[in-house]
Amino acid sequence: MTTRSIQGEKNLRKIDQASEDGIGRSPLRPDGALKVKGEFAYSSDLWHEDMLWGTALRSPHPRANIRSIDISAALAVPGVHAVLTHEDIPGSPYYGLEFADQPALAVGKVRHQGEPVALVAADHPETARRAAKRIAVEYEVLTPITTEEQCLDPGRYGYVHEPHEYRARAHGNLCHEQRLVAGLGVTDEVRALADVIVAGEYEVGMQDQAFLGPESGLAVPAEDGGVDLYIATQWLHVDRQQMAPVLALPEEKIRLTLAGVGGAFGGREDLSMQIHACLLALHTRRPVKIVYSRDESFFGHVHRHPARMRYEHGATRDGKLVFADCRIVLDGGAYASTSAAVAGNAASLGHGPYVVPNVRMQAISLYSNNPPCGAMRGFGAVQAAFGYESQMDRLAAALGMDPVELRQVNALAQGDVMPTGQQVDSPAPVAELLQRVKDRPLPPPLDPSDRRALPGALSNTSHGEGIVRGVGYSVGIKNVGFSEGFDDYSTARVRLEVIGGAPVAMVHTAAAEVGQGGVTVHAQIARTELGVERVAIHPANTEIGSAGSTSASRQTYMTGGAVKLAAEAVREALLERGRRRHGWTHGDLALAGGRVVSASAGVLAPLAELLGDEPIERTRVHRHRPTVALHPETGQGFGHVQYSFCANRAVVDVDVELGLVKVVELTAVQDVGRALNPLAVVGQIQGACTQALGLAVMEEIVVTDGKVRNASFTDYLIPTVLDTPPIPVELLELPDPHAPYGLRGVGEAPTVSATPSIVAAIRQATGKALNRIPVRPEHLTL
Amino acid sequence: MEFLRPASWDEALAAMAEHPGALPVSGGTDVMVELNFDLRRPPAVLDLNRVAELAEWSSDGASVRLGAAVPYARIIDELAGPLPGLATAARTVGSPQIRNRGSVGGNLGAASPAGDAHPPLLAAGRGVRVEAHSVRGVRLIPIDEFYLGVKRNCLAPDELIRAVRIPVADGPQQFSKVGTRNAMVIAVCAFALALHPADGTVGTGIGSAAPTPRRAPEAEEYLRESLDWTSGGPLDPQVPLRFGELVAAAADPIDDVRGTAAYRRHALAVLARRTLAWCWDDYREQLGRTA
Ligand SMILES: Cc1cc2nc3c(=O)[nH]c(=O)nc-3n(C[C@H](O)[C@H](O)[C@H](O)COP(=O)(O)OP(=O)(O)OC[C@H]3O[C@@H](n4cnc5c(N)ncnc54)[C@H](O)[C@@H]3O)c2cc1C
Repeated sequence: MTTRSIQGEKNLRKIDQASEDGIGRSPLRPDGALKVKGEFAYSSDLWHEDMLWGTALRSPHPRANIRSIDISAALAVPGVHAVLTHEDIPGSPYYGLEFADQPALAVGKVRHQGEPVALVAADHPETARRAAKRIAVEYEVLTPITTEEQCLDPGRYGYVHEPHEYRARAHGNLCHEQRLVAGLGVTDEVRALADVIVAGEYEVGMQDQAFLGPESGLAVPAEDGGVDLYIATQWLHVDRQQMAPVLALPEEKIRLTLAGVGGAFGGREDLSMQIHACLLALHTRRPVKIVYSRDESFFGHVHRHPARMRYEHGATRDGKLVFADCRIVLDGGAYASTSAAVAGNAASLGHGPYVVPNVRMQAISLYSNNPPCGAMRGFGAVQAAFGYESQMDRLAAALGMDPVELRQVNALAQGDVMPTGQQVDSPAPVAELLQRVKDRPLPPPLDPSDRRALPGALSNTSHGEGIVRGVGYSVGIKNVGFSEGFDDYSTARVRLEVIGGAPVAMVHTAAAEVGQGGVTVHAQIARTELGVERVAIHPANTEIGSAGSTSASRQTYMTGGAVKLAAEAVREALLERGRRRHGWTHGDLALAGGRVVSASAGVLAPLAELLGDEPIERTRVHRHRPTVALHPETGQGFGHVQYSFCANRAVVDVDVELGLVKVVELTAVQDVGRALNPLAVVGQIQGACTQALGLAVMEEIVVTDGKVRNASFTDYLIPTVLDTPPIPVELLELPDPHAPYGLRGVGEAPTVSATPSIVAAIRQATGKALNRIPVRPEHLTL
Repeated sequence: MEFLRPASWDEALAAMAEHPGALPVSGGTDVMVELNFDLRRPPAVLDLNRVAELAEWSSDGASVRLGAAVPYARIIDELAGPLPGLATAARTVGSPQIRNRGSVGGNLGAASPAGDAHPPLLAAGRGVRVEAHSVRGVRLIPIDEFYLGVKRNCLAPDELIRAVRIPVADGPQQFSKVGTRNAMVIAVCAFALALHPADGTVGTGIGSAAPTPRRAPEAEEYLRESLDWTSGGPLDPQVPLRFGELVAAAADPIDDVRGTAAYRRHALAVLARRTLAWCWDDYREQLGRTA
């Protein structure tokens, strides 16, 4: 880094120092205080004069044909301005992230409970909701296709989509299939090489992102026939790309601006109310706002794919893995969403961070009449990790080995080859992470006099009776950035100008700030690269090129990388101006402390002077190195940009008679390459661990025959502060030579790794097999 | 929807008589959720928050007259001595915000089988009465007769709860609640136990494991016969086991999204055993102190 490498005269010392708020420091979020005080404007707070309120009527049935829709009673409600069905859609009825198989409004049939059928705009949200109830839809209710057996036997149970409607590699009710064969695959001969074989079947329930800010946005019709949409989303440009064909508008007539996002976790990667609000706004020529209620939110976004998995592992007596045979069945629900990529991740990461010489893997994603599933933090790697880490513990038990040691014996390291054939060409300190997490001191034993520390806490279920402590370990692997040949890029514009006598950098990207801290880090990068203190972050919108999605742990890497490139270009242009103007010939120029400095000659000029009233602005696009699609049958290919690893240790107290669990401590050790903002990195890891804890012991959307039974925070439980233990975090910073600043995406790895450690700890306390998550009290007691 | 704000108790009763179907609102922690979710659209809402005496309690030493609107937070702070079972239950309700607003009157009004105030009221003794007022007069409803079905109680449409009369504890009381998270959780099942050394009886209350909160009469009877009140000797290990079985047998639980019927029975037996052990230990300690 420029500022850090400067040496020379004494008077340079002070300004040579990296900015207090540059990279590697932990400046606070610019929106942090507002959020804590409740003053931050979220998308649900948007308001426009004259605006109408939109709402959707949704299907109560998971599978039905629509015989007729009668909107007349709804239209007759005073205050109602529009009632729309698919017949009012000007363009294509379908949209989708990977393939356009999802109707913006149901066309002739519904494929999942909660599918939007019609829209209402009215002058009051309550009027809109009441009018929606007056829309008479005549359904021919069909038996939903919901289980793996039913999905895979369409001849008998039917098709979720008609056979001819299936796109890409989809066929039958199979949305996507990814196979992988490494080494010799898994044959009888390979099996014979193993001294010990363990097999298990595992199940993962449907987790929800449970972001606190419900889907919401405001569409404002524009004079040019286009529309301006203020929206909480994860990726402005891909929203627009999907909206344009449905609205029958050219993309440039759809302008998106990011509104305040109340959490995302993958759940805002798909469209929710974007098209609906725009359809209503364009139809009524009035601004239209839509805000989901909590229960509508459960139906309005995709969830984490539930999974059923079969794993078989063979090892030699000394613990070396010989083979892994895996089948992962993901239920993608009614529409494709990102199911293909999720299945791709499950297949290519599903053997874990281990060297496995022989692998046979099949990952499939089903179409069913269950709620649609798509992106959620961890993206296909989470489900698999519960499978392979459970297997590691089983194998360790069968071999009489320490579970951490078994993992270390097989740990992936730099230079090793993944079953995809991809060589790991940056640090992969899997064994070291495990060692460090194991070496951390254990928490003190239970003190039953503090009731809050007990399972059940103040519910007063135990005064110490029946409590057994367990400890479990796990490690996980996650890819960073978009994989499998996707052209993944980010755009950033940086402008340096003088405002009020001081140099100020303006950073403009379309990156969605969803709470991850991009706005903090992008400013840090600008400070470090330009030697200025003041940085303004321009609102994210579609006036600039795409920043890609805020997902796949990629934004600091990708958009941060773009900000770095743009800032470097600004710096170079500024120095060039100085060379031209002042004839500088120094080979050691840098920007620091608001000045141009030379390591040998000292301060050359204040930035403000060099800038004058001629600002410098540069736009740059940042791409990571290319990847390739995995071969559909063999799974071979350089599919991933970067891997991210985290190891966890969970200490739990279990009331073994009641089956209640208290996680006492959940330790994480993660290699982050370079912590651009250590505080934010720790926050990401602790948040990811907490979400993983939720999956381990409580979070599940319960679906019976295609119907959701707990679409509320009354019964979809997420951890409270009494469920969330201290989460000590230790960071390793081993730079990845391919990444900006050597950084590694951090936001997901612990979501992958932490869940299995908790389940392992509960197993140790109870002796139960626990092949399904979330673990429920009845699994531990009956 | 009409919004009525009576300034006094008499005005409130008159308003209830005048507006059949008016929905009283006290802390609003049930009512507002139902209104916001559009689960209920009453013709009128009657706000009781200006009726000051509803938020007061008094005691003559033998029993507590607990105003219908006294919030859980104050029950915890002010009534843990005379009403230990109810105070323990209050401690498990919702979050601090809910405990600051929610009341026993509201819990009785809602009559949810999962309401946490019900089991300790059932256990607290035969003397527990719900004071129901209307322009027609006052009824003292024995708690055993109060609950009729899932979210149904025996209040007449024009009646309001003024207070609950609860005997002051004459022995140890306990309450335990099982939920699938460590705070802010609706009971999967709950159990309350009260020992009444004064007359050698035992009170029980089961929550979330039948269409209504209910007692476990056979279990109570069994303990009454099995406990050695005078010597206060250690419990025969068979007693808690049998007691647990009888409590589980008294329940009539269902499978739902919060838990299975089998688990609820199992957990009730565990809670019954544990609460008995705690109560009996306390009782023996008290005996030791008075001896
Ligand atoms: C987040 C949350 C968590 C919760 N957690 C719990 C929990 O852990 N345990 C639990 O038991 N409950 C819980 N509840 C439910 C609720 O808080 C309780 O039932 C509480 O006791 C209701 O009291 P209230 O004063 O708020 O009642 P209100 O909402 O005002 O009224 C509830 C019902 O009682 C009627 N009513 C109120 N006052 C009177 C009166 N004087 N006379 C006649 N009828 C009357 C109302 O008409 C209504 O039908 C929770 C609620 C929320 C929102």
